[in-house]
Amino acid sequence: MSSLADDIRAGDRRALARGLTLVENDLAAGRDLLVALGAGGGAHRIGITGPPGAGKSTLVSALAAMWRREDRQVGVLAVDPSSPFTGGALLGDRIRMLTHSGDDGVFIRSLASRGALGGLAVGIYDAADLLAAAGFDPVVIETVGVGQGEVEICRAADTTVVVLAPGAGDVVQGMKAGLLEIADVLVVNQADREGADGLVSALESAAELRDAPAPPILKTVATRSEGLEALCAALDARGADAGSGLAERRLDRARARLRATVDGRRADRFWEGRSDALEAAARAVAAGERSAEQAATELLEGDDA
Amino acid sequence: MNAADERPIRILVAKAGLDGHDRGAKVVAAGLRDAGFEVIYTGLRQTPEMIVDAAVQEDVDAVGLSLHSGAHMTLFPRVLELLRERGAEQILLTGGGIIPEADMDALSAMGVGRLFGPGTPLADLEAYIRAEVAERRATAS
Repeated sequence: MSSLADDIRAGDRRALARGLTLVENDLAAGRDLLVALGAGGGAHRIGITGPPGAGKSTLVSALAAMWRREDRQVGVLAVDPSSPFTGGALLGDRIRMLTHSGDDGVFIRSLASRGALGGLAVGIYDAADLLAAAGFDPVVIETVGVGQGEVEICRAADTTVVVLAPGAGDVVQGMKAGLLEIADVLVVNQADREGADGLVSALESAAELRDAPAPPILKTVATRSEGLEALCAALDARGADAGSGLAERRLDRARARLRATVDGRRADRFWEGRSDALEAAARAVAAGERSAEQAATELLEGDDA
Repeated sequence: MNAADERPIRILVAKAGLDGHDRGAKVVAAGLRDAGFEVIYTGLRQTPEMIVDAAVQEDVDAVGLSLHSGAHMTLFPRVLELLRERGAEQILLTGGGIIPEADMDALSAMGVGRLFGPGTPLADLEAYIRAEVAERRATAS
């Protein structure tokens, strides 16, 4: 596996793509790869979220073009929903990012949500780690088009950009649901359309009602790259952690991930060779002979972990 | 990648060449999604370079090209060549469109997978891709 890590470090895009497949599918080889690659520094992880049709993919593409001018390597993870019935998915975010085709400095990977909550995908944390370790900075995570409660992105990203478009969603709905609360930067995209100024003032008054410092509210027209300088500057300012709370966000994420990773590995170890015991205990619980707590206590007896 | 055979099949569906008809490609993309595939759809007027670039980054199992422009004898071999150049020859190249049988045979001899004419039931396409990908995944592990 060390050779795959070496190839990724050397900039081999095919190797990187295969590595992403390993971590996305939570294969043991993916874990080994992440261990071999190490941390690779503190890439700025930028989450882009917002309702469907707000222009998230187009905005990501325009941002990537700006960052390429500074010769930064841009990694993009674009999530689209999986069907809960067939498991299939139609991943179409690349269509809006075709201008970067052929540029090795922009790496775009489409991920299906595969039942993950909050508009993200299974393995998205590891996928972002992999891109960061491969030298990409920033790493952009574009969520599925979200409505109200899908706010997981603010845990996976250092900085959350909420993208809205005039008429694309009732601001009051957003207030209720927390989409505005997770925004470190608010973008009103398609700002050349009617209703943009109204949306900006509505967002401003919504922000005033809250107890927290108001996030910057920026207008963009992503299709024409308008307003992108100001957005990049706002993102860079936050990335530089000028009292932006980024360090705390990273610490929270690190803590939560370490717990989850250790719990997961421990659980794997615990269940190894215990499938018969699980089956027997489950039958006893299902038949009403034991409570779940009793059966769990018995299963855990003698486990020193 | 042994336990990996459970993972969904990933396929890139693209419309190559200059003609602007992507109805067929869209129907196929939606159909394969409903069959449980993860379909990356990149839309119209894709050059072989763009197609292979996307296929490599997405680490797909297969590429499905829709072609009605008559340029199949240049586009399919070019995509195949680029896949090999990028070390991605394991990716199945298949597709469909209006392609004479003699050309299909010639392309098949070059290493292109089966090509499907108009009106092919989606189930045939699905079954073919599943079988091919299973075999290719097994050889890779």
